[in-house]
Amino acid sequence: MSSRTNISCLQEAARVAIFGGTHGNEMSGITLVNMWIQNSAEIERNGLLIKPFISNPRAVEKCSRYIDTDLNRAFTPENLSAPDVEGLPYEVQRAKEINRMFGPKGSADAYDVIFDLHNTTSNMGSTLILESSTDLFNLQMVHYIKKAMAPHTCSVLLNEHPQLKYSTTRSVAKHPVGLEVGPQPQGVLRSNVFESMRTILKHALDFIELFNSGVTFPPCTVDVFRVQERMDYPRDTNGNITAMVHPHLQDCDWEPLNRGDPMFLTFDGRTVLYEGANTVYPTFINEAAYYEKQQAFMTTGREILAANAIRKACK
Amino acid sequence: MKAVAMPTVSRVAVCGGTHGNELAGVYLVRERLKRRADGTEPVSVVTVMSNPRAVQLCVRYVETDLNRCFTRATLSAPVSETSPYEMIRSQELNALLGPKGSAQAVDLLCDLHNTTANTGLCLITYSDCDWICLHICKHLQREMASTPVRYVHFDIPLNEAYSLDSVGKHGFAMEIGPQPHSVVRSVIFSAMQEGVQLMMDWICLFNSGTLFEGGWVDVYTMVKNIDYPRDSETHVITAAVHPNLQDRDFCLLHPGDPMFLSSSGETLRYKGKEALYPFFINEGAYYEKGIALSLARKRRVEIPSVRSETLR
Repeated sequence: MSSRTNISCLQEAARVAIFGGTHGNEMSGITLVNMWIQNSAEIERNGLLIKPFISNPRAVEKCSRYIDTDLNRAFTPENLSAPDVEGLPYEVQRAKEINRMFGPKGSADAYDVIFDLHNTTSNMGSTLILESSTDLFNLQMVHYIKKAMAPHTCSVLLNEHPQLKYSTTRSVAKHPVGLEVGPQPQGVLRSNVFESMRTILKHALDFIELFNSGVTFPPCTVDVFRVQERMDYPRDTNGNITAMVHPHLQDCDWEPLNRGDPMFLTFDGRTVLYEGANTVYPTFINEAAYYEKQQAFMTTGREILAANAIRKACK
Repeated sequence: MKAVAMPTVSRVAVCGGTHGNELAGVYLVRERLKRRADGTEPVSVVTVMSNPRAVQLCVRYVETDLNRCFTRATLSAPVSETSPYEMIRSQELNALLGPKGSAQAVDLLCDLHNTTANTGLCLITYSDCDWICLHICKHLQREMASTPVRYVHFDIPLNEAYSLDSVGKHGFAMEIGPQPHSVVRSVIFSAMQEGVQLMMDWICLFNSGTLFEGGWVDVYTMVKNIDYPRDSETHVITAAVHPNLQDRDFCLLHPGDPMFLSSSGETLRYKGKEALYPFFINEGAYYEKGIALSLARKRRVEIPSVRSETLR
């Protein structure tokens, strides 16, 4: 063992929340959280407070993504500091409430970890979403989860892009982690997708329990896909979509897209090619909820992140 | 069977967006409306966006399911400004494309739908002896190489038939899956475009006097629906479609075969006495209707040769 080994001592992760129903039609998380609210045996771990929580109950009731505005974009500083007045959009009220219960965002009182459970119509498989390349706790946790899930693949998406990063529900916590499993249609519960998400969470909670018990996790590297760009559909002057994701790109999340590869197919049968200079790795290909957000897919670049060894700080 | 002479199919309606989030039909109707007819087509086609408000919001329906509003009772009920939007719209569509059951109704109404279930292409109708619909099905089966095409029959009398396709003298829903709602997948769009084109080709050939040889078509007749297991008090769904059944539409389900998998790992099995064909397995919009899957009996139906009766 090198005498120069760096072990980062981090605070115990004592309080953990699991959010389902941030989008009311993404059924795996809603079903898991409701199940665990009824019977929490499966998620109990020594020395850990774990709270399963339905973040957008009105949207869940309606089985729609949101009521007034997307909750998973609502945790901006402006919204969180907005005064309590009548007529605030439902999700802004809800964001303030969640910030009171699990935050305040950015403070020492905030929950240590929030897992936010999502589904996508894209063929992303099991994906973990990180917002920071320097959060050692999260990097070590996703490394642990990936190893535990093998040979089942778990991709890691890193969204640190200054313009494309957004104010997520989970950003209230010190260590926010998004779980995204697809493909699954909105409003549908598929057994295999449900079980994948359940297994990811099991490994995540195992990691936290081990960490809190004082285990040292050695230095590691994590393969990530870093968000680069949002690609919209071709549209006409009225803003209507004029082409669909090309059949060669459909369902090819995480696979290389090179200059000259087919990207879109117009309704009258013409192929539109990808013209970018570099190879990119598309994801969120043909996600239903992103039509209104002007996104056909997102491009990413592959990167290897390094993380120091970590250990729980002694009191 | 003796050859049958039938009236020409001179007026056709192609409808999409009956459910506003079933996007292949929405985009197909938009494209057809863009390329407006120049009056030289051999058959008169009216293309309709059935539920424009639901399409705009990209939801199945705004107040009530439009595709359940075409029973005789709903079509003749008095409406006011406070009636549900879809009820008003169903009466508008009936006036435009019907009236249902009358001589003025369009000859053929093709209503475009998508499903999250792995159904391939289905023509869904209320009759198992409508030779026009059955011949169109046979034509699509012959010509569509990469998409399975099936004929599904709901044995419901015309007065109680609740869907838009029942407005035409002949009619069917052209249902294609799997596609998530609010998404358009290019292979699904292409299959729907091909299906509609083949239907139009058949109609043109038929109208110009072609004799179509009879034969056989497998008809799947709906027998019953199966709901999800639910908690007796809260009514919440307690099990998901079993991985062995998921995506196996039209694969024979035998008594004892797995149907549902509960979160505790328990397998719930099909308890019926008769092996039946499941379809619409795990259609997202049917959770609220209490349907996890439908079950059908399959039988071979003999169809006669047909020719349009204007040619003597």
